Parts: sequence; structure tokens; C-alpha cells
Amino acid sequence: MEALRTENLSKAFGRVVALKKASVRLEQGEVLGLLGDNGAGKSTLMKILTGFHRPDSGRILLRGQEVHLRSVSHARALGIEPVYQDLALINELNVYRNMFLQREIRSWGPLGILNDSLMRSKAKEHLTAMRVNIPSLDVQISKLSGGQRQAIAVARSVFSDAKILLLDEPTAAMGVKESAIILDLIRRLKDKGEVSIIVVAHNYAQIFDVCDRINLLQNGEISFNSRTSDTSIEELTRLVVDEYRAARERVTNT
Amino acid sequence: MSISGAPIQTEATTTDKGLAAQFLGSIIRSRETSIILAAIILSIYFQSTAPAFFSQSNVVNLGFYAATTAIIAAGEVMVLICGEVDLSVGQVYALAPFIMFYAHRAGVPYLVAMAVALLMSACVGLINGVITVNLQIPSFITTLSTLFLINGFTLTISGGFPVQPNAPAALANFFGVNALSQVIWAVAIAIVFQFILVKTRWGMHTIATGGNALGAAEVGVRTGRIKIGNFMLCSLLGAFAGILDAFRIGSIDPLAGGTEIMFMAIASAVIGGTLLTGGSGTIIGALFGAVVLGVLKDGFTLSGVSAYTFDMILGLAILVTMFVNVRLSRLRAAGGGR
Repeated sequence: MEALRTENLSKAFGRVVALKKASVRLEQGEVLGLLGDNGAGKSTLMKILTGFHRPDSGRILLRGQEVHLRSVSHARALGIEPVYQDLALINELNVYRNMFLQREIRSWGPLGILNDSLMRSKAKEHLTAMRVNIPSLDVQISKLSGGQRQAIAVARSVFSDAKILLLDEPTAAMGVKESAIILDLIRRLKDKGEVSIIVVAHNYAQIFDVCDRINLLQNGEISFNSRTSDTSIEELTRLVVDEYRAARERVTNT
Repeated sequence: MSISGAPIQTEATTTDKGLAAQFLGSIIRSRETSIILAAIILSIYFQSTAPAFFSQSNVVNLGFYAATTAIIAAGEVMVLICGEVDLSVGQVYALAPFIMFYAHRAGVPYLVAMAVALLMSACVGLINGVITVNLQIPSFITTLSTLFLINGFTLTISGGFPVQPNAPAALANFFGVNALSQVIWAVAIAIVFQFILVKTRWGMHTIATGGNALGAAEVGVRTGRIKIGNFMLCSLLGAFAGILDAFRIGSIDPLAGGTEIMFMAIASAVIGGTLLTGGSGTIIGALFGAVVLGVLKDGFTLSGVSAYTFDMILGLAILVTMFVNVRLSRLRAAGGGR
């Protein structure tokens, strides 16, 4: 079954064409890797899917139904959950309060008194189920490592009934050990098959590790779409190097 | 519930150390400890140099001074945690009793007049908040201009002369003539606001707004509303402190409070452990911050230090307390505290 599809999405900012006729297809439970050079249109595509930008033309279909994403909260209400690079975590709050931020469990509704013990046990249950290892749920988020923080951000999104997760460079600026936390988490989510995931990434090795399919975005278009098992790092590298050479030639000829 | 920050859950760590040790640990780690210690040490010092320090009249004096500052500081802490600052609260302190006085003179009973004054003061906070949030003017500038505006307004409506409220004795006693009642008000307000800060959604969103405004907004926290609401709370508490003092002194002075009391409130908040950068603060800490300032002021007066010297010492004292606090919070961070 198809979770999300875009048809010929285009977006221009003034005279800069960021995206031209990008068509992406995401199957239910699939992990799709989105590769591309800086400025290839990855962020624009992601921001359209989160409802932050509106496309100039083209369609977005969610489980076969065409949708017009009006805002980030609209997209979120439809189950499209972005995990931002800044993670939207509050350093000063502890782990479970971050997980429940804006979805707090309250004891006496109108007074808004927080039910910390219930939030804590639910967060613990959820993190254990996702096998995210955090030394303590009571520590401030600032005390955790980059990988742990990212894992909590992802877990929070999944927890909020996300159907489609959009991960923007989840392992950027992370060491191998830290990246492994996230890659393991993505793999487990894939095994469960409840959410479909689009991962924007630079690191080919990681993409091959976790993704079912790979799309290459070049100059605002999807230039390559293949199952991970049908391609190789060599082939992808060749495609990107070719693009680079072509770009070099264009520059030197003018 | 622990006093500050996020509550410490017991079941997490009871397994490896005893409850008593854990309790002790949480006290040492808690942000308020250093300021409470400072208050105790200073009191002992002044008692030893000036035996009148713990005399009844002096304690009453000290109570009045600290209570007023602590009430204003409670509101200021909420604004500071949002990452903003309210410089106008000292002027609201002076304005509110006048609104009450004129409303009463217009014929409404004192309690209603007081409600009108509190409501109008909250409107000042609303204006501060809306200008800061919607026009995106830094709150320092916004509240600096409302500081002058309100000061001028109070002087204009009063003609620059003090007035006498002549409130019924029972009412005046309830609202602050009695030193004990004013101290009870201050402590009650500090406890209620500390509870709001650490145990309610409003408090959690306030911390989130100051800690990571963009992130909080991305998750859906209405950061603008939170800021405006806290500006209103701050003005409201400033007004309430002004009204308490008006009843106590029995005279309403257009030049009362002002920047001095505002700076004292901010100083109490900061030496109590609230960060000016937002995201972190404690109202109980600010309460004890106000006590420390009161003890310093009062103690030096009793010891015969002149007012000029006092300001120099106060300036140094704030620096030293801040230095110690920063050191201690680094120690706490290294020790894996909250």
C-alpha cells in the first residue's frame, strides 16, 4: 500500500527554481532515503511535505487521497511528523516532560496540574518498547548525548501517532557510535512497519544500511529511483560524480 | 515534590542509595540551597555584630521590606524564565494604589476598587506583552518606555502629591498593616507560583518558551501567549505589592517603588538562582534572595554603615553571590544533578 506520493511538485523562490516536477513515492512501512547535493531541493521537498511551504504546482496524495497541506500543524494532524534538525527539545526539561510537551497528561484538567508519575511511566514504557536506552528519565535533556537526544525526538514523534516520519539529516554531526543509536531505531521502526519514513542523508553507507529504497534528487528533480538491493554505493557515487563533472563543464564553458 | 526545577522522582534511584542520603543529595543539588545558606550566615553575622538584629521591631521591619520585594520578584521570575524582562513593574507598584484610591473615591467599596486596580495593572502587563510579542520589540525597550509612561501618568493623576487611603482597619490589617500578614502573603504567593512553575502546564510551557522558543513553537507551544500571560502576572503582582504597602504605610506616594524596587526584585531573582537568559529559575530562590537583600540592608543600617557605603557593599554582595552561584551550579552540573 502506498503511504504518500507526490506528483510533479514544483516550487520556485523568485527566480530560483528549487524543485521541478519532483515525484516521490513512499510505500507503507518503507524507509526511503533521499540523497542529493546541497541546493538540490531536499529541504524544499521536505518543507513542502511538512506543510511549511506550499508547492507552486503538483499534487500530494496521502494514502491515495489528495491533500492540500495548509500548515505544519495541519500536516501533523494528518500524521506527517517532522523531526527537525534542532530537534525542538527543551534543554531545561527532563526526558519525559519533553516527550509529553504540548500533550501533557494533567490531573485536574482546568488547573493544568501535571501528572508527572503517569507521564514518566508512559514515557518509560514507550522508550523501552522502542528499545531506546536512556540512563534516567529524570535528567535534563541537556545532559544527554546527541544520539540520545535525537532518539528521544524520534520516539516522541512516533509516540504522537505519526504515520509518516520525516527525518532531516538525523545523523548529521554525529559519531559512529551515536549514529548507530539512530540507525538501530530506524531499523526497528521499519521492522514494526507501522510508520513510513523519509530520511534525508549525506552518508551513503548509512543509507544502504537502513533504507529500502533510494531516491537521488538532482537540480530539483528525482533523477534516480531504485531499491537499495538493486543498486550499489559505486553506482550512486558514479551518478553524483557525473553530475559534478557536467556541472564543472558548464562552468568552464561559459 | 522538590522545591525547584523538575521534580525528582524517588523510585528511579532509591535502589542504590538510602532515602536519607538521597534527600540530602537533592538538598545539596537544589538551586535554592546556596541562597538559603547565605541568608542564614548573614543573619548570624549581623546578630553577632548588632544584637538588636533579632529584636522584634527589627524583624518586623525586615519582614516588610523582604515581603514586598519577594512578591514583585515572584512575577519578575516568571517573566525572566520566558527570556524577557519587565522594567516597568516598579511603576505599576506606584500606580495601582492610586487607581484603587480614585476608584474608591468614585464610590465603590474598597475590595472592588482593589479589583479594579489589579485589573488595570494586568492591562499594563497585557500591553507590555503584546508590544513585545506582536511588534517584536525587545522587552527591555518595551518596558523601559512603559516605565516612563506609567511614571508620568501616576504623577499626572496624583498631581505629584501623596494621598491617604483611610481604609477600614480590618481590611488594612488583612492586607499588610500587620507585618505577619504581609509576610504570609509573600510566602503564600511564592509557594503558589513555585507550584505553578514546577507542577503545571503553564509553568512547563514557560520554561519551554524561555529554554528554546523556536523548538517549543515547532511542537505547538503558544509561546506568544505564554509571554503575554507572564507579563500580566508580573504587573498583577507588582500592583498587589503596591496595594499592600499602601495599606501598611497609610499613605499613597506617587514616587514610591519605582526603579529601585524593580531592581531589587530583579536582584532578588538573580541572586536566588534565576537566569537572565531564560529557561531556568526559582521563585522560592527569589524569596530568599529578597530576604538576603533585606538582611544586608537592615544589618548594615544597624551596624551604622552609611547609606553611601551600603550601596557599594550591596553591589559587591550581588557580584559575590552571583559568582558563588555560578560556581555552585557548575558543580551541580558536573555532579550530574538536574
